[in-house]
Amino acid sequence: MKDWPLWEVFIRSKNGLEHRHCGSLHAADAQMALENARDVYTRRSEGVSIWVVPSAMITASQPEESAELFDPAADKAYRHPTFYVLPDELKHM
Amino acid sequence: MSKALIQYICTVADNNLILGQRLGELCGHGPNIETDIALTNIGLDLFGQVRSYFQYAAKLEGGNSSEDTFAFLRKENEYKNVLLVEQPNTDFAYTILRQFLYDVYHIRFMEHLQQSNDETLAAIAAKGVKEVAYHARFSADWVRRLGDGTKESHRRAQQALDDLYTYTDELFHHNESELNLVNEGIAVNTAQFKSDYYQTIHAVFSEATLQVPDQKYFLKGGKKGIHSEHMGYILTEMQYMQRTYPNMQW
Repeated sequence: MKDWPLWEVFIRSKNGLEHRHCGSLHAADAQMALENARDVYTRRSEGVSIWVVPSAMITASQPEESAELFDPAADKAYRHPTFYVLPDELKHM
Repeated sequence: MSKALIQYICTVADNNLILGQRLGELCGHGPNIETDIALTNIGLDLFGQVRSYFQYAAKLEGGNSSEDTFAFLRKENEYKNVLLVEQPNTDFAYTILRQFLYDVYHIRFMEHLQQSNDETLAAIAAKGVKEVAYHARFSADWVRRLGDGTKESHRRAQQALDDLYTYTDELFHHNESELNLVNEGIAVNTAQFKSDYYQTIHAVFSEATLQVPDQKYFLKGGKKGIHSEHMGYILTEMQYMQRTYPNMQW
């Protein structure tokens, strides 16, 4: 049981919303991961749909790469649509 | 009529009550945290159904009775659960096999109870049937995993099946209070899904590479209030608070 692989759990809380990462758990296979996720993460009606993904299948960016990956975007304000004048009737932009 | 109905409600609810108590014993002792939560969830589902049954029984009985007097203040021979559900949590394989043998029965029972002429019982069944469908799925998956798993898990699963199979036949016995209620369309006639029950569990055992025991004699007694030696210990623990501090409330 100690060598069971780790799975990442994604829950969709309502139809129409996206699945969001909510945690991880150990399970021997995909079916068990799904059932464990149901029991651990949806017992207070948090979800209508579950995805489980083997954690090993996720490729993550490294913290030491963050300068080259993310800093160049910091001074490019023209990429943000902040120069448009929006009519008052338009909400939630 | 009302007395027979109360008896029947106890016959039905006591299975859930005692199995729920057995599962509750495992709280904090599951093989890992996910399975621990899963088994406790199942126990809580069963207790939720028990509360509905006993609230109904208390209403029928009237007087000072309540869901608590039914759950905690009866004597051993007044509990009518089948022997299967009082069997101990010998190991994880026993816990799973006991659950599976009950769940496959329970889901069929609830499906039929939904058609009962008694509206309250039908409503309790309609609410509980989805919970039980999940229990049956959970336990069947684990039977397959243990049986068709490692050499050790297979050995333990087979041992549990060999020991527990003898308690399955009692699920389909009717005590006297039930027979009249079956004829009135209130109680479930369990005989009608007995062969389906055995076909279903045997199919899962075959997938799990487990041998069905060659059983000639089956044990029974619980439904008549004649229990195994385990029952007294269960009740001692379960009833302790109400016996020591009568009428205590949370």
